[in-house]
Amino acid sequence: MKISPEEVARVARLARLDLSEDKVELFSGQLGDILDYMDKLGQVDTRDVEPLYSPVEHVTVLRPDETAKEYSREEILSNAPETDGNHFIVPRIV
Amino acid sequence: MAQYEAVIGLEVHAQLKTKSKLFCSCSTRFGNEPNENVCPVCSGMPGVLPVMNEKVLEYAAKLGLALDCEINRKSVFARKNYFYPDLPKGYQTSQFDLPICEHGKVEIETSKGRKTIGVTRIHMEEDAGKSIHSASENVSFVDLNRACVPLVEIVSEPDMRSAEEAVAYLKSLHSILRYLDICDGNMEQGSFRCDANVSIRPLGQEAFGTRTELKNMNSFRHVQKAIEYEIERQIDLVEDGDAVTQETRLYNADKGTTHPMRGKEEAHDYRYFPCPDLVPLVLDEAWIERWQAELPELPEARRERFLREYALGEDAAVQLTAERETADFFEAAARAGQSKARKIANWVMVDVAHLLNDSGLTLADCSGTPESLAALVDLVEGGTVSAKSAKDILSEVLRHGADPKKLVQEKGLVQESDTGALEGIIDAVIAENPDEAERVRGGDKKVVGFLMGQIMRKTQGKANPGVVSKMLAKKLS
Repeated sequence: MKISPEEVARVARLARLDLSEDKVELFSGQLGDILDYMDKLGQVDTRDVEPLYSPVEHVTVLRPDETAKEYSREEILSNAPETDGNHFIVPRIV
Repeated sequence: MAQYEAVIGLEVHAQLKTKSKLFCSCSTRFGNEPNENVCPVCSGMPGVLPVMNEKVLEYAAKLGLALDCEINRKSVFARKNYFYPDLPKGYQTSQFDLPICEHGKVEIETSKGRKTIGVTRIHMEEDAGKSIHSASENVSFVDLNRACVPLVEIVSEPDMRSAEEAVAYLKSLHSILRYLDICDGNMEQGSFRCDANVSIRPLGQEAFGTRTELKNMNSFRHVQKAIEYEIERQIDLVEDGDAVTQETRLYNADKGTTHPMRGKEEAHDYRYFPCPDLVPLVLDEAWIERWQAELPELPEARRERFLREYALGEDAAVQLTAERETADFFEAAARAGQSKARKIANWVMVDVAHLLNDSGLTLADCSGTPESLAALVDLVEGGTVSAKSAKDILSEVLRHGADPKKLVQEKGLVQESDTGALEGIIDAVIAENPDEAERVRGGDKKVVGFLMGQIMRKTQGKANPGVVSKMLAKKLS
């Protein structure tokens, strides 16, 4: 399967990755190889097979609707690149 | 000129009334200080794992049962990927190809009669945080209190053909959510939000026209106005030979218009995939049976029953059952009092409704019970007080829980209905106004009012007008 450099650039943009032109070329080849390899799975007849959504066996883990406060705002904001003590501050969006 | 019809589909986001968030134990309380209801899970720290709130599952399934949906025994959470600072994980945890509920319906009633609107799907998802943009400082402030608060999104089929039908659908859905007690339904605070997809096509044409998506409508009235405006706008475009552009448009409540959302409209590519952090949600048959059994009587069924049981008109039954609180109040009053349910219904729909409207209160804010309203109406119907006096003291009875019987005594509002006591006064008034009395005897009905007024004045307005009118007619016949 061929992945064009344009497609690689678009996926990189969606993932907010800044790729140089030679990297785009490199990944276009590598991603194509990976997809070719995955394509082998297409040879298996899966008409009557239920899609697998998770490789984990157990299902439906639930918790009761109870509140708990485990961290102070100060702790939560301590990881913020910038803060006024109340908010996360980020470059202006709009 | 060609005739057009509108095609409308609605997407409603309803915030579920849980104590804690969808995937963590942070509080969902509205109005807390910014970033007080935040933990490593809902702020998107690396290495944390979401754990689903069981109430969210219950509420979403109950809504599905109430809307006659198929409940998927297995449903899956998916990641909807996009970047925005109020979405700390870089994706919204939502549902995509396997939502919890599908293929339901909502019954609506408009001036054109009853209609069934299809519900495509209901899925569970988390809300985003809130950002405040500062132009002067060139930064945005992010508050994550609302991030990961549980929502259900209810997607309708494009079955509505007018703004009126869209509003009827919304009101019906709103009413059901409130009956189920799973959403507070506050549109201004955003716990019940609606986006509308609107297109037009020539009458009789099968294919859909190009649609626009309307946002930013914070009341039923806004929804009505925005859709009406948008339909007109699209018809004007087509009539002029222009094409409708597929875009998102914001409603401007001040101008009553819609305009394209600012900024470049990137075609979204959300790259949904099943969330590897959450295992599929498999529902136990026993849970579904229990939730079904726990469903309250819904507005539709209650309206039907009110028509039968209380001999109300269609309009009254619709109005009284729209809100569960009002319906409960009416029903308790109708059961407590001796008066006809229709009389109680009138008081609830007119006088009580006005009082609440003027004071900005809800029934829950009032300490007066349905029983005391029933007692007040009984006093009027039994002739003890005039309807006017009863209206004057309604506020004290309803808001402050005053006992109507006592209040009527204390304020001396008891009407004089005793013919013996009224006899002398009526005779005196006739004697004092011989000319007027003669004219009434001669058949001049207009003068009756004057004599009534004199009698009322002599009794300081306490005479029962019905009784006086009958006595007067007898005496002057």
